[in-house]
Amino acid sequence: MSDLQTQSLTIRTPEGIVFPLLLASPITRFLALFIDTAAVQVVVSTLGLLTPLLLPLGVDFTFAMFTIASFVINIAYAMVLEWAWRGQTIGKRVLGMRVMDENGFHLTPYQIIIRNLLRFADMLPLYYMLGGIFCLVSPKSQRLGDIAANTVVIRMPKFKEPDLDQIMEDKFNSLAEYPHIAARLRQRASQETAGVALTALMRRDELNPQARLELFHAIAEHLKEIVSFPQEAVEGLSDEQYVRNSVDILYRS
Amino acid sequence: MIIDLQKFIKEQRPAWTRLEHFLDMLERNPERRFSMDEVRDFHTLYQRASADLARIATFSSERSVRTYLEALVARAYAEIYETRQKGRRFNPIKWFFQTFPRTFRKHVAAFWVALIVTAVGSAFGGFALLLDPAAKEVIMPFSHLAGSPNERVAKEEAAEEDHMQGFKAMFSSQLMVNNISVSFRVLALGLTWGIGTIILLFYNGIILGAVAADYVAAGETQFLLGWLLPHGSVEIPSILLAGQAGLVIAQALIGRNDPHGLKQRLKNIGPDIIHLAGGLAIILVWAGIIESYMSQYHEPVLPYWLKISFGSVQLVLLFFFLFKSGKSAKKTNKESRPSLARVQST
Repeated sequence: MSDLQTQSLTIRTPEGIVFPLLLASPITRFLALFIDTAAVQVVVSTLGLLTPLLLPLGVDFTFAMFTIASFVINIAYAMVLEWAWRGQTIGKRVLGMRVMDENGFHLTPYQIIIRNLLRFADMLPLYYMLGGIFCLVSPKSQRLGDIAANTVVIRMPKFKEPDLDQIMEDKFNSLAEYPHIAARLRQRASQETAGVALTALMRRDELNPQARLELFHAIAEHLKEIVSFPQEAVEGLSDEQYVRNSVDILYRS
Repeated sequence: MIIDLQKFIKEQRPAWTRLEHFLDMLERNPERRFSMDEVRDFHTLYQRASADLARIATFSSERSVRTYLEALVARAYAEIYETRQKGRRFNPIKWFFQTFPRTFRKHVAAFWVALIVTAVGSAFGGFALLLDPAAKEVIMPFSHLAGSPNERVAKEEAAEEDHMQGFKAMFSSQLMVNNISVSFRVLALGLTWGIGTIILLFYNGIILGAVAADYVAAGETQFLLGWLLPHGSVEIPSILLAGQAGLVIAQALIGRNDPHGLKQRLKNIGPDIIHLAGGLAIILVWAGIIESYMSQYHEPVLPYWLKISFGSVQLVLLFFFLFKSGKSAKKTNKESRPSLARVQST
């Protein structure tokens, strides 16, 4: 069974660049389906409220139109939206997901129709049980319709532009006063250490106060084990300031 | 080596923002066409972002910048390398009278298999009912078919009022929806390597055979033909078309005598499945109208000879349409898949 959290599809571009497409887990897909089902129900109910407007044309005709329109909405909902919104329905949009070609391309109309037409098999015997089982066991979290259409559902988390301004810019760095030790720190610190320190700084506001103190204390202690600055350079510096100064040295040549 | 991240981001950020702006524009309006200058600019920005991703992946362990760039490159990649041919304008008349029947003929063997499975099911259902009439309720779990055929015929022929008055359209729409749903299920179950499709076709055949045997044994053959032929002559072939499509999917999954990989095989049959599904859905709309507006009326309202003739002519026309329509335009059809021999010779 596949790992629900870390599944990804790796794409290699002709330029040799490799990037992952994060695959949506069966659980999030089911939530999106739930939202979409609710959306279809809202549309059909609204249609039901508007249907009496056709009554002057006859009760029989009105009910026939409602039956056909409800069916068409159920069948066409996902097809139309996935075409208009490039692989997204309301549910997928809300949860930041998108259907894509297995090779990272956009969907063709054929792929959209096939994956939605074959939904009839995924729905069997009840509540998408067959599709759900295939989603859980297939390496790319694909239901039957996806396999036939060569499509995958990916997660599209919105990443903000990186902002490093909060780290150090224009602030006095007492550790930089000792360039020979700073150079040794750059030389000895591993990429992992630098990465952990930088990430901790960038996400510090997400931490609760106690966790923040403990995390920066642990990182500062680790950095102090790598190189040791004179006492006057570190006097009065909190652990977080020590890490901040160290990161400035590590990431600024 | 760790790159000067702050300097790096400061220098590259304007290009990333511009690329993001392009991508947002495309997502808001997928039909938008860029000018040549914009295309060039977009391509350059994509290449820069790719190069930046390569740099940061190699030299720095800073995760958020890398994740941001990966997402940016992934979005741009789909736009840059989307080289598949855009679909031509859809012509519904040409599609129905040329593409659909041609697709049917291309996979006609699967249609014959679907027909044979249904016929075997019918024979089984007919024999089962004749051998054990008490099994009728099990074989035909429909209340309107449970009674005696003679009583039903007598009742229907004696009816003086229009029993369908006031809900013909509604009944028709329900038939369309039900039949199309059943057909799509038969089609989709091709994904079970055809087993589900064959089971549904066989079961459908059992019911059909049992109903036919029941009415024939009761001496109501004329009523049976007058009742079933007008709509059955198009409805039953439509279910067979669904079975045909399901078996085509199964054939692609099994892949016997096909040198292509599974993905390619499924890709090859995708359009054909859609053509068959679309075609059978249209025929079932017609079948729903006929069943509600014609099949439910019997003598003396509608003479049996008229209904039987109508159904027979319709059946002949349908098969003429499926086997002949669009043949003359075959040579100009660019949609048809090139044969393997043609591919190898080029």
